[in-house]
Amino acid sequence: MIIMISSKGETLQSQPNLRFGRAPFFIEYNLSDDAWTAQRNEAVKESSGAGVSTSQYIINQQASAVISGNFGPNAQRALSYAGIKMLTFDDTYKTIQSVIEGFKSNRLEEF
Amino acid sequence: MIAKMQTGKAKQCVILSGKGGTGKTSISASLMHLSSQNISGVYVDADVDAANLALVTAAVPQETHEFSGSKLAVIDPLFCSSCGSCFDVCRYDAIQEPVKEQASYQVIDLLCDGCAACVHACPESAIRMVVQQDGEWYHSISAYGDLFHAELFPAAENTGKLVTTIKQEAVSFAEKHQIPLIIVDGPPGIGCPVISASTGADLALLVAEPGVSGKHDLERIIQTLEHLKIPILICINKYDIYPEGTDAIKRLANSYGYQIIGEIPFDDAIPNAMVQAKPVTEFAPESPASLAIQKICEVILPVLFSDGGNL
Amino acid sequence: MNTIKIAVASGKGGTGKTMVATSLAACLDKYYSVQFLDCDVEAPNAHLFLKPEIDSIQSAEILVPEVDQVACTGCGKCVEVCEFHALAQMGDQILLFPQLCHGCGSCQRVCPVNAIHEIPRKIGNLRSGKVRSGIRFHTGDLTISEPMPTPIIRQLKSRITNETRITILDSPPGASCAVVATIHDADFVILVTEPTPFGLHDLKQMLGVLDQTGSPGGVIINRDGIGDVRVEDYLDQTSCPVMMKIPYQAEIAVGLAKGKILSDFIPQYQSEFLNLYKKILEMIEDKEQVGA
Repeated sequence: MIIMISSKGETLQSQPNLRFGRAPFFIEYNLSDDAWTAQRNEAVKESSGAGVSTSQYIINQQASAVISGNFGPNAQRALSYAGIKMLTFDDTYKTIQSVIEGFKSNRLEEF
Repeated sequence: MIAKMQTGKAKQCVILSGKGGTGKTSISASLMHLSSQNISGVYVDADVDAANLALVTAAVPQETHEFSGSKLAVIDPLFCSSCGSCFDVCRYDAIQEPVKEQASYQVIDLLCDGCAACVHACPESAIRMVVQQDGEWYHSISAYGDLFHAELFPAAENTGKLVTTIKQEAVSFAEKHQIPLIIVDGPPGIGCPVISASTGADLALLVAEPGVSGKHDLERIIQTLEHLKIPILICINKYDIYPEGTDAIKRLANSYGYQIIGEIPFDDAIPNAMVQAKPVTEFAPESPASLAIQKICEVILPVLFSDGGNL
Repeated sequence: MNTIKIAVASGKGGTGKTMVATSLAACLDKYYSVQFLDCDVEAPNAHLFLKPEIDSIQSAEILVPEVDQVACTGCGKCVEVCEFHALAQMGDQILLFPQLCHGCGSCQRVCPVNAIHEIPRKIGNLRSGKVRSGIRFHTGDLTISEPMPTPIIRQLKSRITNETRITILDSPPGASCAVVATIHDADFVILVTEPTPFGLHDLKQMLGVLDQTGSPGGVIINRDGIGDVRVEDYLDQTSCPVMMKIPYQAEIAVGLAKGKILSDFIPQYQSEFLNLYKKILEMIEDKEQVGA
């Protein structure tokens, strides 16, 4: 099962990015084997529709869940239509690692 | 006295009007001045094609950033076979037919929407999209705190994205430095730039002016903010120039369930202060306009920082 | 014979565009045929002054794609081609985000199985009518929460008839795409400003726009007396003359607040606006002779 987390940087120690649409990176984490990769979010450069194009990217990665601080209306519509769960963290989560642990222990809230 | 953020995010107040010229920027500058005496704030001038807030807040740019995003089509004359397919598909009249036969077609930059329909229609692949620089944005230090503002280049597009960009910078900055207040000086109108300026606001202060235009446009911005579910407080500027008009505004506000929280008289201290590059509350603190704005500030801040707001 | 298009713009909001545009139209209407377009479709006000009798209301629409989900093969070309990310794909389902759509038609053209048809989506209204004096009046309004005024402005302008001698276009405030859509083909642009630092700053933006459109322009300083002389000093260095000054007077502010046309309640302005028009014609001719 794949989850994706909006991130400011490229490691598990990076700070999570509260915004979804123009997050600079996403950490893609595979729960089955704990393998992960950092991916650049190309939608950052787009002039409009960042929520939609970032959602499209998440859909293409076949993620089951995406975790961010907040989801705008276009992202909400795209992701829920695709059946992808949206969960949120707040600013008390200082690293991607802590977000992953929060997810594994069911402490994160559904959006 | 709230010097630091209590919990979570900064509180955001956006100042709007619908109609242009009602006094948003003059009032925003004064609110910056007054609130900064007790609360640290970060400020945003979201009226990016007529950015005036920096002119009266002693803003000194610390960082300048390029802002790009819109794209224009460019036809390479060497590959153009003058087939006219681009002209046929363009819905914005942005393709110019050549005067001489067999000469190249050309894009009219001012009208190009950036849709790339011509790129896909061209059988010679002679057209490509080129990213444009639409403007610049600045992180400045003003007399009252950090100010995020921008200048859109004349005739450029992407106003909404530029507004979103500087707001996000302000929000990140406030988060990083635990600053509790963000004041956003908004643009006129009700379209995309206003929507971008308002997104994330905890409160909107509407500056109304008496008169048929002021009343008409106030109703449009009220409806827009209700659609966005943003709480509203309303004040009336130049209330004394036309009392029946002010009464009409009050009736309109009441019909939507809103109170008028302040009334500012016409006062030439406001343009005089502008000429001296200062907010009126600093330039002439005892002037009638300053006293009225002071009272408005005393209403807004507690509402903004109360939990759950009683509006 | 082509209609003479005079646009009234400003950069800064609230400087008096609508006051100037409606007065100019009312004065010229006594001698010429006039059509008036209120292109400030986010916050239209001209109808409050000219008080037209509206005889036609139509929806302002933009064409958006409708995907036949049965015919769709899920190739994703429409999603790829959309510059504005108005389409997203979930397997073989395509989702449209209508407010991001610019109505360009690329998706429909690129679909290899013709599964996309374009359907109109309402974004506002277009209203036309007649002012009692004879002016043909056109206005539009953007539906609340819709982001894009520009398509409505284009549709409004398609109502301009060349048989009418003079076309007055009341522009939105600002200096970006809605303003460009309104004024780009104007024969002359009147810039209305106020003699203050804000007025000067925003006037410079508009002069930058005129550099790009190539139209001749002239400035009206409204509320003269409230600020300082920097606007005039600045204009001395440009090819954009000050054509008229309207002093700040409480009487004017009140008249406008009541919805009256300036040249109606202060008749001395009738000859001033006629003179303004004559100067505009001279400047248009000068520009043509220079062969810009």
